[in-house]
Formats: sequence, structure tokens, C-alpha cells
Amino acid sequence: MNFMNFISNYIYYIGAFGLVFIGIYIILVKRNLIKVIIGLSILDTGVNLFLISVGYISKGTAPIFSKIDIGITSMVDPVPQALVLTAIVIGVAVLALALSLAIRLYHHYGTLNLRKIKEQRW
Amino acid sequence: MRRIISIIILAIVALGIALCVINIPFGASKTKVGNYYIEKGREQTGAANIVTSVVVNYRGFDTLGEVTVLFVAAIGVSTVLATLKKKTKKEVEPASLVLSTGCRFLFPLILFFGAYIFIYGHLSPGGGFQGGAVIASAFLLTYLGCRGKRISEKRSKITESLSGLVFIVVGLIGLAVGGHYFLYNFLPKGVLFSLFSAGIIPLIYIAIGFKVGSEIAGIIDKLVEES
Repeated sequence: MNFMNFISNYIYYIGAFGLVFIGIYIILVKRNLIKVIIGLSILDTGVNLFLISVGYISKGTAPIFSKIDIGITSMVDPVPQALVLTAIVIGVAVLALALSLAIRLYHHYGTLNLRKIKEQRW
Repeated sequence: MRRIISIIILAIVALGIALCVINIPFGASKTKVGNYYIEKGREQTGAANIVTSVVVNYRGFDTLGEVTVLFVAAIGVSTVLATLKKKTKKEVEPASLVLSTGCRFLFPLILFFGAYIFIYGHLSPGGGFQGGAVIASAFLLTYLGCRGKRISEKRSKITESLSGLVFIVVGLIGLAVGGHYFLYNFLPKGVLFSLFSAGIIPLIYIAIGFKVGSEIAGIIDKLVEES
């Protein structure tokens, strides 16, 4: 019972860090460059989800006022949402740059396998 | 072997993070600054959407930096791909009538929807970045649907530069006119919930929408050209 309670309290954090760890695992283990970039993108999504869930307030709605008065207390924190807006844009920029570098690497080496690209072996 | 080491490292990191996160209560009100923005945001900025007033007004300078990051990434993509040896032009088979007609029908509608999203950014969910992404998706549709058509690189560069200039000039006017900081809201706030309200926020968001749209469309153009 205690365990279920814990799960239901922290389900968003668990989901967010689940995504983060899936991303890190892909980056560490996979050898295809495209898969590594996909892992980077998943990691980014996980961090965004974590920031949003930190700002959540129980039974809160979006911080947008309308003509129907819904009350100040039932609004979620707007600051993490603004931060995540920034983070999503930066994520798109990073993804585009990484993909263009992958295109260059493919043209130069003829492969996307990191094992075969000699300078990239670890 | 590498897999096992990675899993062990991840397990250790996960344990550390779990011990930190367990002290952050989920669903409780935490920051004072968020409550301050929600209480005072309507009077101070005139925008109904508090996230917009945080992004454009309270933290407008950060948004300028964010737009700059996207700009640098667009320059980086074109620089990295510019020196690539051009392949021999493949003969592109033109799209079928159904596909090209549908794409020409949808293109203005998607542009219109994107414009709606960034013009109403201070009243409803949305804003410059989201609207710009929707506009860029319209250009992606033309690349996928009407093969062979390309956007003019010169025009997209001009749009991008002009909208960036509008952002900075509006901020500097605010600095000169009355405030003591960049992006001071010098225009009248107007009536809450009306389209012409919130001072400079709609102007800035329209500029951001054009800038983001042309930048992402330029990135898509570069990536499609090389593939």
C-alpha cells in the first residue's frame, strides 16, 4: 500500500526520469549515430517533462485568465512553463545541428557506425 | 560488457537522483515568484496569458537570447552543409495531381493557423515560437507534397533579419522612451482580453513568429537539399 502510494505521488517524476535514463542508455550503448541523436532528443523530452511536473500544483489549470473567473489559487506555476518553452526551442536547434553534423560525417566516412569512424571510438 | 557497465552507472545515478527528488513534493505550490506573476501579471503587462507575459515581458531579454541561439543554430546548419560536394542532380519525378492540389490547398490554411497562433499569443495558449513552428510545417508540407518547389533563400533571410531587427528596435525604443530597462512596455495596455492590448507583447510575438518560421523553414530547406 505504501509502495502504491509512493508510485501515485511521484508518477510524473518517475516517468520523466525514466525518459532521461532511456536517453542516456541509448547514448552510451548504441553505435548508430542516428540512434544516438534520437537518444539525445528523448533525454531532452524527459528533462522538459520533469520541469513541467515540478511546477504543477494539485488540481491546477493553465495560467491563462479568461472571462470566467477561475481563481488565482488554482493556477499552476508559469515560470517552469516559460523555461520549458525556451528548452524546447534549444532542443530543436541542437537536433538540427546534430543531424547536419551526422550528414557531414556520413559523406566523409561513408558510414554512421561509430565503431567504424576511427576517431570516435571509445 | 559495455551494456552492463552502462546499466550499473545508470542505476547509481538513478539512486542519487531519486534521493534528491523525493524531497520535492509533487503538486504543492513552491515558488513565490510564480505567484507574484499570477497576481500582478494582468495589471503590469495587460496580457491574459501569464506564460506569455513571463516570456516576453518579465524575461524578454532571455527570449532575445533564445532567438539568438536558434539563429546561431540555423547559421551552423548552413555552414556545416555548405561545403558539401554537390551530388549530380537527380531527376525529380513531379508529384501527382491529387497530391500537389491538396498541398496547394492546405498551404495557406496552415499559414493562416500559424499566424492566428502568434497574433493571439497574449490571450490564448500559443505564441511566437509555436506559431513559427506551425508556419515552418507548412513549408515542410510543400517539400513533401509538391516536390521540386523550393523557398527563396534570399526572401527567408530578409524576413528573418527584419523581424530580428523589429525585436531589438522595439526593445531599444522602450529603453529610450521611459523605462530604465530593455523591452520596457511603452505602449498603452488596453482593455484586458481584447486583441489590441498588452502593449508591445503582440508586436514582439509577431516578430518572433516570423523569425522562428523563416529560420526553421531555412533549416528544413538545407536538410532536404542534402538528402
